[in-house]
Amino acid sequence: MNTRQSAGTAEATRTTYREALREGLREALRQDDRVFLMGEDVGRYGGCFGVSLGLLEEFGPDRIRDTPLSESAFVGAGIGAALGGMRPVVEIMTVNFSLLALDQIMNNAATLLHMSGGQLNVPIVIRMTTGAGRQLAAQHSHSLEGWYAHIPGIRVLTPATLDDARHMLAAALADPDPVLLFEHGSLYNAEGVLDGTIDAVGLDSASVRRPGTDVSVITYGGSLPKALAAAETLAEDGISAEVVDLRSLRPLDDATVLESVARTHRAVIVDEGWRSGSISAEVMARITEQSFYELDAPLRRVCSQEVPMPYARQLEEAALPQPASIVAAARKAVA
Amino acid sequence: MSTTTKRASGPKRAGGSRRPSGPPADEPRPGRDHRLEVLRQMLLIRRFEERCVELYSAAEIRGFVHLYIGEEAVAVGVGQALREEDAVVSTYREHGHALARGVPSDAVMAEMFGKVTGCSRGRGGSMHLFDAERRFYGGNAIVAGGLPLAAGLALADRMRGTERVTCCFFGDGAYAEGEFHETANLAALWQLPLLLVCENNLYAMGTSLAREHAQTNLAMRAASYGMPAWTVDGMDVTAVEAVARRAADSVRSGGGPHFLEARTYRFRAHSMYDPDRYRSKDEIARWKARDPLVELEQRMRAEGILDDPATKRLEEDVTSEIDAAVRSAGAAPYEPVADLLRFVTSTTGSTR
Ligand SMILES: Cc1ncc(C[n+]2csc(CCOP(=O)(O)OP(=O)(O)O)c2C)c(N)n1
Ligand SMILES: [Mg+2]
Repeated sequence: MNTRQSAGTAEATRTTYREALREGLREALRQDDRVFLMGEDVGRYGGCFGVSLGLLEEFGPDRIRDTPLSESAFVGAGIGAALGGMRPVVEIMTVNFSLLALDQIMNNAATLLHMSGGQLNVPIVIRMTTGAGRQLAAQHSHSLEGWYAHIPGIRVLTPATLDDARHMLAAALADPDPVLLFEHGSLYNAEGVLDGTIDAVGLDSASVRRPGTDVSVITYGGSLPKALAAAETLAEDGISAEVVDLRSLRPLDDATVLESVARTHRAVIVDEGWRSGSISAEVMARITEQSFYELDAPLRRVCSQEVPMPYARQLEEAALPQPASIVAAARKAVA
Repeated sequence: MSTTTKRASGPKRAGGSRRPSGPPADEPRPGRDHRLEVLRQMLLIRRFEERCVELYSAAEIRGFVHLYIGEEAVAVGVGQALREEDAVVSTYREHGHALARGVPSDAVMAEMFGKVTGCSRGRGGSMHLFDAERRFYGGNAIVAGGLPLAAGLALADRMRGTERVTCCFFGDGAYAEGEFHETANLAALWQLPLLLVCENNLYAMGTSLAREHAQTNLAMRAASYGMPAWTVDGMDVTAVEAVARRAADSVRSGGGPHFLEARTYRFRAHSMYDPDRYRSKDEIARWKARDPLVELEQRMRAEGILDDPATKRLEEDVTSEIDAAVRSAGAAPYEPVADLLRFVTSTTGSTR
């Protein structure tokens, strides 16, 4: 189950993805005094993307903890604090910088439970920004969440909607294992209406964001709005696209993907990561392994071009999946 | 976990600093019993590892095995300064740290055998010993990888207001890693209750101290982060214990992180695969002449608190403990292959 409806008469509120994330953090900090937020510029500065703005004033510098520029040390310290009974939320400015902490994430967070024969849980949540679209060039724009999804022992979440931005953190904190939460940089300003009747979301399942019958467009994170826009265009041509939001790259919810493919018999996977060795390749492999005979057409995908992300707008746009390229791929799939 | 833990005969941590009265905290307990216990722990580590060498030759133990022989005074001396509620984070050369921490020798031996009764259920091996109950957080085979983790354990204590110390062991090689320097800065900045123990055995695999550090005065550099940093003769367990007590007590009472450099030497090669071509026979012989076990024994004999019968009893006691550990490890089952995917995540059997 993806969501839990509340019984009350909660109203829908207009908000942004950024504010929804902040509300999720605020709620977690209020509800559990073991929860604290730590990272570069999360306090005084308010978070480099403004997510934690105002939290320092409410919770103080002990729990909204500014760190030095030491990704490895403060991510590792988060892991140690989790072992020591806390519930740390560690913010890394962007996924690109998380590579300086990759040792701690991969060699400690992901392995400790298994290596210790089940003795040590690591209930840490690591949040970071991912993705391109803001002309930040080749060291601030990559989508490496697919790499992280390669690692057994961690969860990889990609909230793409306001409701997931608002509620995924609580579920992530309730998980006894390490959770990586990827916030797409182009989504922070996304505005919309928060469904006031939802008061919890699950982490295990993908979600059909737009039902359809002709082709499945399977995506996640920052590509979801693009996929939905493409589906709108396709509808004008009489092509009914079903848009599936993976929500979680590890575990991958095969069942929802396969059910969708069983309905449409055609699929396009949209992934902002590079094509080679990507999460899109994994989704395709799982479909062919398990639902080969459901397919009426070869699987297609739309990924980032295999190039370090360029700065110039026209080049960056050409490097990324766009509604038009998704539409083109879907047309080929149904042709 | 081990099914046959022998708490009574296992190495105990001295609780000297817990006693309300007695000698000042920074002085080792002078008593005969305490000295004997220290000697016993060192002897247990020495004989345990010697047995591991035999078992390695017999192919009972596989993988990378890094021996601590020659360095026992550091683990045991520092161990005296720690309390049950404290935490230890270690390296891949950690048999001594684990045994000194009180991880039962049969659980450690079973882990070496890869048995399900091992302290990590056979999933870790020599380099990944764990014991959550004794707050022994590994066993880390990434050089310096345990340092940030130790800072985090200390941070948790700091935030919860508990008076616990986290002790992190690492080598002179680890000192060159960014993770050491990031951690030292963070720990000093946040005044974390962290005891950093650098075991300077003069080599990182085949690279000598002078070939890995532009400035070889490690304590001086550590002090530059804004923490007390001391150097101690790591072959003298009494000296190690004294300085470790002073440091641990200061850490415990809110003095922030402390750094200890223990000057020591590994008598054996880096690992089982190392032909040891980078050290001269002379150098090794000079350090072996400072065997920490021999030094302690001689001192105890000179003080009249150790004689031949007592030595013999100690040897027999340790030997029988190791014999029993080897026997039980040999007889213990392997974990069924059906359990392969357990403990990847907390949901049993899930691979995600
Ligand atoms: C990050 C990393 N780099 C390299 C290695 C390979 N390696 C294992 S032990 C070692 C030497 C470490 O020396 P030191 O920290 O002095 O510890 P010692 O072995 O002397 O106890 C090296 C290079 C490793 N395990 N991890
Ligand atoms: Mg060394």
